[in-house]
Amino acid sequence: MSARRRVVWGASLLAALLIAGTGGALFYFLKPGFLPESERAKTNVTTQIINRGEYLARAGDCIACHTEVNGPAFAGGRPMPTPFGNLYVPNITPDDETGIGLWTAEDFYRMLHSGVSRNGALLYPAMPFANYTNVTRDDSDAIYAYLMSVPPVRHENRPHELRFPFNQRELLLGWRTLYFKEGEYVPDPARSEQWNRGAYLVKGLGHCSMCHTAVNALGGSSEAKAFEGGMIPNQNWYAPSLTSNREAGLGDWELQDIADLLQVGTSMRGAVYGPMAEVVYNSLQYLTDEDALAMAVYLKSLPTRDSEPPPPSQARLVDPGVMELGRKTYTQYCASCHAAEGQGFPPAYPPLAGNPSITMSSPVNPIRMVLNGGYAPGTAKNPRPHGMPPFAHILNDEAVAAVVTYIRVAWNNSGTPISPEQANQLRTLIPE
Amino acid sequence: MRRVVVFITCLLVFAPVGFAQQIDSIEARVQGCVTCHGQEGQGTSNDYFPRIAGKPAGYLYNQLLAFKNGTRRYPPMNYLVAYLPEEYLREIAEHFAEQRPAFAPQEITPAAPQTVRRGATLVISGDASKGIPACITCHGERLTGMEPGVPGLAGLRPTYIVAQLTRWQAGDRHAAEPDCMKRIATRLSDDDVAAVAAWLSQRDAPGDPEPESSNLIRMPMACGSQPQT
Repeated sequence: MSARRRVVWGASLLAALLIAGTGGALFYFLKPGFLPESERAKTNVTTQIINRGEYLARAGDCIACHTEVNGPAFAGGRPMPTPFGNLYVPNITPDDETGIGLWTAEDFYRMLHSGVSRNGALLYPAMPFANYTNVTRDDSDAIYAYLMSVPPVRHENRPHELRFPFNQRELLLGWRTLYFKEGEYVPDPARSEQWNRGAYLVKGLGHCSMCHTAVNALGGSSEAKAFEGGMIPNQNWYAPSLTSNREAGLGDWELQDIADLLQVGTSMRGAVYGPMAEVVYNSLQYLTDEDALAMAVYLKSLPTRDSEPPPPSQARLVDPGVMELGRKTYTQYCASCHAAEGQGFPPAYPPLAGNPSITMSSPVNPIRMVLNGGYAPGTAKNPRPHGMPPFAHILNDEAVAAVVTYIRVAWNNSGTPISPEQANQLRTLIPE
Repeated sequence: MRRVVVFITCLLVFAPVGFAQQIDSIEARVQGCVTCHGQEGQGTSNDYFPRIAGKPAGYLYNQLLAFKNGTRRYPPMNYLVAYLPEEYLREIAEHFAEQRPAFAPQEITPAAPQTVRRGATLVISGDASKGIPACITCHGERLTGMEPGVPGLAGLRPTYIVAQLTRWQAGDRHAAEPDCMKRIATRLSDDDVAAVAAWLSQRDAPGDPEPESSNLIRMPMACGSQPQT
């Protein structure tokens, strides 16, 4: 073959390859549904902001309160029972007349940051603006952009039904003086970027302190008692302290277990249930691994506030008859999943031995679990959770009290005994 | 019984690998259902909790979804399924739909003979004068239900049947629109409801527990949960 023929030959081969390649590429790019990932991710700025806003709105769990059961997303109307009467959560879809369609990004930021509505009305603190004030203007604008992008729903806001004097919004000035400190989160330069990201999420959008800090008679919670735990008003669940190793204090947990509890809903140390299952289901499961871990880093760093060491096991102080009834009940109904020594089979069946949510000072949660059972939330990482059945119809008050007492004091657990009356009080409440 | 429990416990403690496989099973995941509905959905000795085994998966799924969304109200159920994804609810429904445990021995509830006769008439023939179709038209000759959306009535206790019909009458229980059971229940008198429940409780367990196939009959009333093609 001459050099010239070789060149021609090579050129035609090249041309053939080019044509085939272009055809193949065309086929690849034009075939519906087969666009490569990188092409789809190349979006414009607006899309990026809306996507970030959606992520942040989930981190803030806006949908949980602003959506009626089975109602359209963000259209409000959900009653929120408070010790002062019912509040009705407003419509935050972009409907011009009944929602926030005419709000500006500025209005939205003022509401989030200062707790003042577009018309100048002071917000009731059921809206966690005392937490959301930490949110940056950038993040507020992204959430605003996302909310403007959801379908507008025409749904008139329902007036609140608060008793006098709580229906006088001017009184909120007093509440705000006592319990509200306005200001965006200021990063602590002495801490890592990860810690600061976690603190920003926990204190701000996560609004964890709404439940995990005790609320006083005025519906306020003080900074000094932050994350020390308390009963959740009107829900009859106890939100454990995040600062005591005897409750949900996370000082001795592995970071991954904390992150899993938040994002997966189960961990090697325990599972979430009750109101926290709702939070994980609607909000925390959507966090990135990085953000879940950042929250874990911050939560683990919270100072332990236990002023005294945990009490020694009270097992020997419990009436032997109660202890025996508790042990028999445990063996018959609980041991097949939670194991003979309470070690469980985590993460499917949580451990009871050494589990602070069993032994914490308030026995409300373990009693409720025995009575009503419960499922961990179904999440992206745990879509088919295991569940515990109710025993309310099988065990009488004595047996419930005995078995809850047993799991609180056996295996060196540091809880205290409970009475049949305590079991009975929770039996009559409808589970929520 | 105790020995069995201890034995099982030992197995669980000493065979973690074996149990790890079991833990991943759907049986292990639906332990949240069993104290009320039985390990295989056969029901328990409790008067109220219904047998769910062998009911068509479509029916069971509709109920789980309604409990999750709050459109069927029973707080203990609403609480349990509130945060479970829909695909998982379907899997749970299919699991119990596939079970074929034996029927519990029937407990005859005392009832006056004319009540039982009235019940038999309503279930087998209906009451044309009141526009009530026979129960067996849709719930099946053997009362084992019909795929995909009509539940079996066999093995349900009278307490449960009376409660459901009464809730439908009161507008407290609904099915997908058009809600045929609402139309039927509101045509039943209180005596009719008691009669149907009494007669059903005296039936022997069906020899063949399979629900009827979906395409054999035309429904006498349009039912949202049983779309006709």
